Amino acid sequence: MRRLNFIQSASALFAITALIGLSGCGKPGDSNASGEIIVGEFASLTGKEATFGTSAHEGTLLAVEEINAAGGVIGKKIKLVTEDNQTKAGESSTVVNKLISKDGAVAILGEVASSRSLEAAPICQSSGIPMISPASTNPKVTETGNYIFRVCFIDPFQGTVMANFAKNKLKAQRVAVLTDVKSDYSKGLAKFFKEGFTKAGGEIVSELDFNGGDKDFKAQLTTIKGANPDAVFVPGYYTDAALICIQAREIGLNVPMFGGDGWESEKLLEIGKEAMEGHYFSTHYHPEVGSPKSKAFVEAYKKRFNGKTPDAMAALGYDSAMLLADAIKRADSAESGKIRDALAATKDFDAVTGKTLMNENRDAVKSAVILQIKGGKFTYMETINP
Amino acid sequence: MDWIQQLVNGLALGSIYALIALGYTMVYGVLRFINFAHADVLMLGAYAAFFIAPLSAKFFGAESLFGALAVVFVAAAICALIGILIELLAYRPLRERPKLTVLITAIGVSLFIEYVCQHEKVFGAATRSFPTLIPKHDIIVAGVHLSSNDLIVLVLTGVLLFVLWFIVQKTKMGMALRALSFNPQAAALMGVSVNRIISFTFGIGSALAAVAGIFYSMRAPGIDPLMGVQPGLRAFVAAVLGGIGNLPGAALGGIVLGLLETVAGGMPGVSNYRDGIAFAILILILLFRPSGLLGKTTVEKV
Amino acid sequence: MIYKGTKRGLLGAILIAVIVSFFSAHFNRYYQGVAIDVAINIVLAVSLNLINGYTGQFSLGHAGFMAVGGYIAAKLTLVFGATCAPWAQPLVFFAALVAGGLVAAMAGLAVGVPSLRLRGDYLAIVTLGFGEIIRVVFQNSETFGAATGLFGIPKWTTLAWSFGAAAITVYVVTCLVNSTYGRGFLAVHDDEIAAGAMGVNPTRYKVTAFVIGAFFAGVAGGLYAHLKTTLVPTGFDFMKSIDIVVMVILGGMGNTLGVILAAIILTLLPEVLRVVADYRMIIYALLIIALMLLRPQGLFSVRRKKGASK
Repeated sequence: MRRLNFIQSASALFAITALIGLSGCGKPGDSNASGEIIVGEFASLTGKEATFGTSAHEGTLLAVEEINAAGGVIGKKIKLVTEDNQTKAGESSTVVNKLISKDGAVAILGEVASSRSLEAAPICQSSGIPMISPASTNPKVTETGNYIFRVCFIDPFQGTVMANFAKNKLKAQRVAVLTDVKSDYSKGLAKFFKEGFTKAGGEIVSELDFNGGDKDFKAQLTTIKGANPDAVFVPGYYTDAALICIQAREIGLNVPMFGGDGWESEKLLEIGKEAMEGHYFSTHYHPEVGSPKSKAFVEAYKKRFNGKTPDAMAALGYDSAMLLADAIKRADSAESGKIRDALAATKDFDAVTGKTLMNENRDAVKSAVILQIKGGKFTYMETINP
Repeated sequence: MDWIQQLVNGLALGSIYALIALGYTMVYGVLRFINFAHADVLMLGAYAAFFIAPLSAKFFGAESLFGALAVVFVAAAICALIGILIELLAYRPLRERPKLTVLITAIGVSLFIEYVCQHEKVFGAATRSFPTLIPKHDIIVAGVHLSSNDLIVLVLTGVLLFVLWFIVQKTKMGMALRALSFNPQAAALMGVSVNRIISFTFGIGSALAAVAGIFYSMRAPGIDPLMGVQPGLRAFVAAVLGGIGNLPGAALGGIVLGLLETVAGGMPGVSNYRDGIAFAILILILLFRPSGLLGKTTVEKV
Repeated sequence: MIYKGTKRGLLGAILIAVIVSFFSAHFNRYYQGVAIDVAINIVLAVSLNLINGYTGQFSLGHAGFMAVGGYIAAKLTLVFGATCAPWAQPLVFFAALVAGGLVAAMAGLAVGVPSLRLRGDYLAIVTLGFGEIIRVVFQNSETFGAATGLFGIPKWTTLAWSFGAAAITVYVVTCLVNSTYGRGFLAVHDDEIAAGAMGVNPTRYKVTAFVIGAFFAGVAGGLYAHLKTTLVPTGFDFMKSIDIVVMVILGGMGNTLGVILAAIILTLLPEVLRVVADYRMIIYALLIIALMLLRPQGLFSVRRKKGASK
């Protein structure tokens, strides 16, 4: 019996491989005669970062529904195929492979997290399928190749924006930085902020880390308080930022705290309440400076998703889909290569998150706005142009 | 006064770990297995409070003492029932089986609760804002800031520890519990209703977890379905640190762990390793003093 | 027991894998990716089976060994693979995989030795702890990319490499366990004290199990890194360890064939269940509970003469 076991197992292995490998012979998309443009989307709809993935997905979905309701683009409707990567590393490559090789997507939208975008980008690049990331801010994402684009600004830009803001507007000479060491977004933003701030003549007096998802920050905040900063930079996500601000007040650290676009969400105010008063953050847009298009977007989103106000991820998800549609229209074709060229040539696209142009690195060049929390609301302070 | 502030921070954090650790240690003491799902009961307690708070606000007025007590009481009761239910459905059928089987089942139950709660139709994965149960005051003594919430947690943990100790040492139920943890077969022969005592243990443990969950959320008012995982693991380490099966040990372990984590968190260069501190402590303790700080060494009989 | 066909079986398996691999350009990328995933999971599950199933040491930190192997292998190819000639690539890859496996084996040693005195639950938590510590170390190491991880790893894992590695792993583990030396693993599993009394050194067997299991997990990690082309520390957390543990449980601890089948099923199942993706993880969790309640010996158990069951 034992002998049979082993040979059995060996043959089992290879029968499976053969079956799996051969079952997929041939290129996909031959059967796409329905006249639809297949667009693949991958996002973290479940798991630890489900909130961000779901937001981005909702924005994208809204855009596709609006486009299809208006008759589609170049006479064809868009079929959005969405796959969930469960916030799991390793899943993104599998699902993007599926979207491209099985579902026949001509373009891919995704992802919010830079690490998962970096996982999928080489696949899109080598398959010649353009990929638009809504919110990945690590510069390396678009460095993968000329088929990879993004509709958001990148960490170096945002870091410098906040550094200059801290130095010039907040008049802070000494700043403490509290980084989420688990998040590549947070680390990237912190790095560029520190560079920008020291270049502008400021001093980083204290640097501490936390792990995203932690609920207790008093240890770090007490040390920061002891270093006597003029302000504290917290380049993390709103869930942590809100708690950090609450606990800072609790231990008597009353200096301004500021962060990046990860702060943007109405949940920041919901959780943080009065502790958020007077703090600042940078983000992509604000209704006050938004175009009529962005106001229309906010209304449409609220209507579609039970009165929820869209956050930055939703707006960027919407923009990524709209930009793709715009590129298809300009290219007058659903062929991946032509879409890529049209995307690269984007100049002055009227995105919800601001006028966008694609630079030679395929990063979006657009302005950032700085908001302050006053009276329990996000109030607009200023726009920083690139 | 940096280090006094850190001391206070550590004590406050530690008392929450202590509260959770009490539940772990009780279940382990009686059943000799780690209830992985304990951490998720913590989360359920917080969510129960989240949903009950608006109702209690209607009766007692928002942010009132009575309202808060009512919320805590009801949430604890609900979680006690849930704990008993879990034991009944998932652990009782496996009582005669090897410990490994139950451990894996516990992991399965924990995952099940987490993923069901993450589903949109249940709680959804997004972080929600925990309502304020009691108005918060900042107490400043000699430059050291203490939140009234922290003080309440400290005091209440002490009270609950005392109550628990009283139950275990001075009541009949407690005696039965101790008998069961020494020798289940002998206890059964002496007329102890094993099933009832075990259900009782789970009930109390889960109620404690719920209370801990509410306190935890008072300090950090953002709740999400995965909020129990980290504190659960840390509290388990605390229980082992203090000597598993030993109630004062669990409390002590919690406080010590809270203090160590706070000290590490406040040191630049080490703060990023905070996650690993708990586990490093666990490994060190199990290597050098496996019975924990307050436990007794037992010889393994063949 | 002597296996007449074993060596031939192994060589045959590797040959088939290499031949199939030649046609890989014609295969659908998605299916091919899934097939390679299956092979990698087979390596992981079989190597864990040696520790958990055969030797009875319940380890919840296997993903940590995978991480070590993956990161080391990836770092080596990132440094050396870029500049070497195309003909040298397979050699560099092989060297990187083996190096990754060896460092992982050392990690296995580091985990195995302190765990010697521990049983059951405690061992599980300590191995979980080690897994987490390894993850935290990588998360904070700039050499290994910290939170961003490593990316741009050359995509060298093919059907040949992965199935070849799977075949070798199965061969090594099966032969090991069925040898006279290997009976010691089962003895330690059944009753450590009795085994010790019979002259079988439980310490040596436990540590050996960890080291060998960790080696293959490291190789699997290397293959994984060169398939996905990116590595992030969060990809090797407790959940990943649980994934592998479930494969071993489903297959029946101590049953190599069952574990292989379980690995195949559990890798393909998520793909098949994509239609109910919403409920996928809930189904998974229920599966674990149901298995334990109804059939704890796994779906494909082989009846072995049981010793004293605890």
